[in-house]
Amino acid sequence: MSKMENIVEEVIAGNVAGVAELTQELVDEGAKPSDIIKDGLVAGMDVVGGRFKKNEMFVPEVLIAAKSMHAGMDIVKPLLTDGESSSVGTVVIGTVEGDLHDIGKNLVAMMLEGAGFEVIDLGIDLPADEFVEAVKEHQPDVVGISALLTTTMPAMEETIKTLEEAGVRDQVKIMVGGAPVSQEFANEIGADGYAADGSTATDIAREFVN
Amino acid sequence: MIVIGELINTSREGLEEAVKNRDVEFIQDLAKKQEEAGSDYIDVNCGTLLKEEVEAMEWLVKTVQEVVDVPLCIDSPNPKALKRGLEVHEGKALVNSISAEEDRFAETLEILKEHDARIVALTMDDEGMPKSAEDRIRVGKKLIDDLKDAGIAEDDIFVDPIINPIGTDQQVGHYILDAIEEIVMEYPDVHITCGLSNISHGLPQRHLLNRAFVTLAMSRGMDSAIMDPLDPKIMALVTAADTLLGNDQYCAGYIQAAKSGKLDI
Repeated sequence: MSKMENIVEEVIAGNVAGVAELTQELVDEGAKPSDIIKDGLVAGMDVVGGRFKKNEMFVPEVLIAAKSMHAGMDIVKPLLTDGESSSVGTVVIGTVEGDLHDIGKNLVAMMLEGAGFEVIDLGIDLPADEFVEAVKEHQPDVVGISALLTTTMPAMEETIKTLEEAGVRDQVKIMVGGAPVSQEFANEIGADGYAADGSTATDIAREFVN
Repeated sequence: MIVIGELINTSREGLEEAVKNRDVEFIQDLAKKQEEAGSDYIDVNCGTLLKEEVEAMEWLVKTVQEVVDVPLCIDSPNPKALKRGLEVHEGKALVNSISAEEDRFAETLEILKEHDARIVALTMDDEGMPKSAEDRIRVGKKLIDDLKDAGIAEDDIFVDPIINPIGTDQQVGHYILDAIEEIVMEYPDVHITCGLSNISHGLPQRHLLNRAFVTLAMSRGMDSAIMDPLDPKIMALVTAADTLLGNDQYCAGYIQAAKSGKLDI
């Protein structure tokens, strides 16, 4: 097994120290940092994502795998040259105004990070304007909007409208989620996608950036 | 143990359709089954219907009450739906829920004052969801004090310490259990309830974690849960735990359950 294949295996196993060690060895041997990311760290998380979806791996296993991936990322990121990116895309995420429930949003953010996305987590209870500001500042590929309460779901529509009015709606793909949200509702309010859970969110975000 | 049967909820598969189509037989059957299985309250939640929620809540309350004797738990974050549900409910309902978020507290309290009802109080405030045991204790005590100031009896308050998944934070079990104990010590007549199955989110064999957690929480003073009463194993476990915790004089409830076959699992 090559060291690159070893990294994939150790990411899947969630071996934080092992991934850091192997990454450093590969760097010392002159491997390209962007290759280590693509063929090692992110490749490992791709396997993890697939297994999670099939109920062969579970939330804590995904979290520790993501942690091990980050241990490798911390080593290779500073070595990237200009124009090379460590992330497969950028996602801005948060819960809408009036909604303080962040368990689901946090899970989705962790899964996205695990899949190699750069995630800008704006937090909870966000007025629509803050999504607009974040889009302007971070130029994300995807905006994730979360609501757990049926009473705050209308604020999702409001957020999308505000993004439209600010003229930034078409720069991003928008995905929505939260227990009471459905595909039907997502269509109704003009979102580009609906994610029922973290792995679906990851799949959709991947589709959006490809 | 006060069991709140959770199955009539439009976020569950097939339920939204049944409520939209006003499928009386389906809803009444599900209500009766939960009552027969030992539910003390039947939860009704139709929040996913959004603009049609208020109408649907009225229909649900009336439809379910036609066939069960236990009161209902009227479940919505929307004060208008709570109000309508309470207006048509006969007897003393349980309202799910109020929180320490300032606006929601004020709005929901107004409705509570107009009806004789019990209330589930979620330990979250304008700062967000609780993280530590201390967050849960601080917000829980504030809610109890404020509700008591408004004339609501301790016995009518069900504090929900908010269950986060153990899969994302392995210490959260301690946080919840410590909070339960502390609140019950200070307010002995207050009830503790929770959405039990949240504890196992994202993990395999969820039923096992739910069953283990319900007994752990009961031992610290939890005396209610929003759960699936049609899971005979958890219901048998709750019966046994109640007996072991001294809540079953002469073990009569346990013996009765055994004789009626409810413990044959």
